[in-house]
Amino acid sequence: MFIEVFVTPFADYEFMRRALVGSLALALSGAPLGVFLILRRMSLAGDALSHAILPGAAVGYLVAGLSLPAMTLGGLVAGLVVALAAGAASRFTAQREDASLAAFYLVSLALGVTLVSLRGSNVDLLHVLFGSVVGLDDAALLMLVGVSTLTLILMALFYRALVMDTLDPLFLRQTSAFGEFTPFLFLALVVLNLVAGFQALGTLMAVGVMMLPAAAARLWTRDLAVALPLAAAIGALCCYGGLVFSNETSAPTGPAIILAAGVVYLVSMIFGRAGGLLRLKRPRRHLEG
Amino acid sequence: MNGGARAPAIRLVNLTLGYDRRPAVHHLDGEIAPGEGLAVCGPNGAGKSTLLKGLAGLLAPLGGAIDFGGASRRAAAYLPQVVEIDRAFPIDVRDFVAMGALARIGLWAALNGAERARVAAAIETVGLVGFESRTLETLSGGQMQRALFARLIVQDRPIVLLDEPFGAIDEATIDDLLALIARWRAEGRTVIAVLHELDIVRRAFPQTLLLARECIFWGDTRDALCQKNLVQARAMSEAFDERARECLRDEFDAKDKLHVH
Repeated sequence: MFIEVFVTPFADYEFMRRALVGSLALALSGAPLGVFLILRRMSLAGDALSHAILPGAAVGYLVAGLSLPAMTLGGLVAGLVVALAAGAASRFTAQREDASLAAFYLVSLALGVTLVSLRGSNVDLLHVLFGSVVGLDDAALLMLVGVSTLTLILMALFYRALVMDTLDPLFLRQTSAFGEFTPFLFLALVVLNLVAGFQALGTLMAVGVMMLPAAAARLWTRDLAVALPLAAAIGALCCYGGLVFSNETSAPTGPAIILAAGVVYLVSMIFGRAGGLLRLKRPRRHLEG
Repeated sequence: MNGGARAPAIRLVNLTLGYDRRPAVHHLDGEIAPGEGLAVCGPNGAGKSTLLKGLAGLLAPLGGAIDFGGASRRAAAYLPQVVEIDRAFPIDVRDFVAMGALARIGLWAALNGAERARVAAAIETVGLVGFESRTLETLSGGQMQRALFARLIVQDRPIVLLDEPFGAIDEATIDDLLALIARWRAEGRTVIAVLHELDIVRRAFPQTLLLARECIFWGDTRDALCQKNLVQARAMSEAFDERARECLRDEFDAKDKLHVH
């Protein structure tokens, strides 16, 4: 029974193995990025950027049909343009960054849906919005794994700069030449992971696998060196659990993975040792000094 | 600690700093000698913090120049007035203070024994021994200020810029930090501080720049803080003149030199 549910589907079906590898790659690099997004108080910026990718992918789709390189390139360009434009708008106009990001992504999303529906059928639109983790071909899989590898390497290389830029951006800008560059590197990595994720999970779900495991990990530890691998591990677990659940119930895979992450987040909110509900409601007795 | 020996003279040449073409520091000239202790005083909106930002290399001049005598633009260690530090960030005091070593060890090297000793010594100097493993959010305001000073010590720069470092700090801590500033100056470092507490200025800073967008007085502290100068500084208009025209003072100055009076 146990093996039948948890192992057999992956042993028997290649598309399940592909889905597992693709979603694991996504979780391993996306969840640690999510930890930084939360620390930078940019949780919703990730969501906005995931929407902003859509028109780019749609333009790629209009030009070349359901072609991976075209839609990826389009999504990447659109995501980076919105990220940079929102940053620039808040720097050079009176608008605050969150407001300008909201404005840019709303326009971007509307533009994307319009573009897709101009030519495609609703099935295509659903594919773009919700992805198809069980339909990953070699090229898509290679891209997911490549993006994941690149992200983890760059995060390791620039870990110190990322931490300092999150904690005290002015200090980094004043003392190091990396101060101006680090926020852009971070946004670029976020966009890259969202673009990779929209192939597997769709634009709306890609950000979920980034944020939910990260938010859950934050509730278990205050130590960043623990939170980053923990978030990746939770993300990987949710991908596996979501795929199993989807296989059993024939629920769509993308939402199943995000729902699994949602369950882990709820459990963490109640039982989390670092700020969970039970710990805050029933604190331990105070110390002598 | 050899940072003090390299302190360059800082020359401000017809320096104008500001935002959106509005000058906050207007046509400032002067020289800060190596090892000087300079207090910058003046009313709110006088351009004090702006001047420090310019010296820290965070704000490009609208006109004129800051000359560090060939030294790096990053020769200064800078403590801003409002620190944009997220105190909830999961980092302990030791790691936070160790950030000061960034300029020497870069992004990839680990802290070696010498750097670790430097961090431990800095924490001891500011009296935070025993707090090494506590996270920032568990510190009080004064303790946080001490941690920031410890990071400045680890930075070990020849110029130290302090923007209102003593707000909401108790007397004992102020005494400790003033002793530290005196030590910095004894090591040959230049210390430039924006201050509102005139008694502290008189105690610890021989030179004072009284600023009210324009320079009111720059020189010996006892002369600077006389009643006449303070009244003049207070008379500055904080609000912008909405119909302000382009400042042509540079052109007039050039013409003056050509005129035969």
